[in-house]
Amino acid sequence: MSLLFVLIPLLVLIFVNVLPKNVGKKILFWYAILLFLAQVIVAIAYYLLTKYGIPCERLVERSLFGRSIDVDGITFIMMFCVGIVSLASLIVARCVIKKEEISNYVNLLVIAATGMSGLVISSDIFSLYVFIEIIAVSSFILISFDRDINALEGTFKYIIMSAAATVIMLTAIAMLFMSAGDTSFAAVKKSFDAHNVFTICAAALFLCGLFIKGGLVPFHAWLPDAYSSAPAPVTIFLAGIVTKMSGIYTIIRLVVSVFGLPAQIQSVILMVGAVSILIGAFAAMGQNDFKRMLAYSSISQMGYIMIGLGAGNSLGLAGAVFHFFNHAIFKSLLFVNVSAVEMRTGTRNIGELKGVQEKMPVTGWTSVVGLLSVSGVPPLSGFWSKLIIVIALVQCGRFGYAVIAILASVVTLAYLLILQRKVFWGNVTEKYAGIKEVCPSVVFVEIMLAGITVLCGLFFPFFYNNFLTYIKELIF
Amino acid sequence: MEHQFYFHLMMLIAIILAALWTVISRSLLKAALGLAMTSAILTIVMFKLDSPLAAVFELSVCAGLITAIFVSTISLTRIMTHQEIMAQSKDRMKRFGVLPLIIIFVGVGMWLMTKKLSITLPPQATETDVRKVIWNMRHLDLIGQAIMLLAGVFGVVVLFKQGKEKEDE
Repeated sequence: MSLLFVLIPLLVLIFVNVLPKNVGKKILFWYAILLFLAQVIVAIAYYLLTKYGIPCERLVERSLFGRSIDVDGITFIMMFCVGIVSLASLIVARCVIKKEEISNYVNLLVIAATGMSGLVISSDIFSLYVFIEIIAVSSFILISFDRDINALEGTFKYIIMSAAATVIMLTAIAMLFMSAGDTSFAAVKKSFDAHNVFTICAAALFLCGLFIKGGLVPFHAWLPDAYSSAPAPVTIFLAGIVTKMSGIYTIIRLVVSVFGLPAQIQSVILMVGAVSILIGAFAAMGQNDFKRMLAYSSISQMGYIMIGLGAGNSLGLAGAVFHFFNHAIFKSLLFVNVSAVEMRTGTRNIGELKGVQEKMPVTGWTSVVGLLSVSGVPPLSGFWSKLIIVIALVQCGRFGYAVIAILASVVTLAYLLILQRKVFWGNVTEKYAGIKEVCPSVVFVEIMLAGITVLCGLFFPFFYNNFLTYIKELIF
Repeated sequence: MEHQFYFHLMMLIAIILAALWTVISRSLLKAALGLAMTSAILTIVMFKLDSPLAAVFELSVCAGLITAIFVSTISLTRIMTHQEIMAQSKDRMKRFGVLPLIIIFVGVGMWLMTKKLSITLPPQATETDVRKVIWNMRHLDLIGQAIMLLAGVFGVVVLFKQGKEKEDE
């Protein structure tokens, strides 16, 4: 079943593209909408099947998959995130991207999303690498979609950093293959359990490559440029899911299924996480560009996922996955808001904007929901995931990291409130007196993402008992 | 055994020189040929390491097909003026002047590290049928490769569209 997540999009995409131009272009957008909706529905169906006593893992075992395919609780949460963020990006693209170019955008978006589906079902280190590269290549093209000079510069930086990550990861794969004789998770895990120094070095190298892909400090230089120079729907896609899938998800997957958390790797993950939280948060404070501020905020939030994982207990893992999910939703929401404001005002400079909420009330209010959730204000979803991470850190005796997590949340609240006050609150300036909400589809996306954030927060006990308990069982 | 060590060492030096020539070369055509040469040397190494299948792929795809694509693309470009060549040459020397030193430094470091680590390699895999490898064992990678090709095609369509539009105008 899970292989179909890769095969169906690929085959239908080829089929739609060989249809006559006028027919194919019309179908393509709706095909992508259906595809991402189906992905979201299947992810929820997995939960329902499991709840009513049909374990999906067994269904998968009975089917005819080869050895390099595997699914578990994390897989379907990731599938849900990919589906929902891709859907948001697609709907915004319909409003932003020129009609004659939308088909190219949809093609690349479907390819990147298919790459992510391949990534989540892989249980082989080399296959992981192949799908990470697919995501990277389609992202390069998507960032430079407008062929604008800044976008090309952003893409170039991303390519260079990504190439360095590729070299590091390929070296690590070669080293792991040398010591394990195979690249499947099972074989590498067996070799890793023997506590061979060579294998630990290879694992550390692989993680370094993934830190670059995930834009974590000190490998984050490319991320703000790539986010701020890309077209609006691409930024939503990049910030919402791309960097998290190719970097952070892969780290979670490798820690859960292959490497476990030996002391050396745990220290590295915790340290990188804490530094990312602090540098991301403080760098965001000094930004004047709306998008760059959110890009640095993303680095900071990914640090939270890392320290949750680094806690090394089941609660920490559940918190990390939950924060991953929350961040995909609320960061996409904030980038949709930024895009809406940029579309109407033509600027991203925080100093130039004032009182936008008066003219764009939905964008303004959903932005409040997003910023409060990012900052970890109760009862929104971000509060719960941060709370789980902090409790997990306290449980494992990492009090220093717990304090960093709490203090950085205060800093996050501070800079996002400043942004909200400057851009949205107060009386609108004369220059922007004539602006209004962007197209209804973008407003719909804003309400949908804000709705998910609020619902996940209000019904947290339900989510915790039904979704996160499956994640907790996966611990190392 | 010693004879084999010196052979691999020579191949290593040759591959580094070819790779350096590729990066430093002023002419695009020479760079493409340098890359082909790098692949060809890698092919020899692969043959010597008893991986004929990988060697064949490396030779046919990397040294053959990709070089042909590069050369055909280069044939569409214009030749630089002498001044442009000189300026670029200066710039490259500035950028890559220390590269050989870094490579030697990293190489020596890695060599010392492997001496300390005393790696024991797993037994060599038995010869597996290529069909079995591709279709049964690495089918997910095969699908990945198809997706990658598709991404490349759409990439060309998106990025080179403007050039085509300008030409049409």
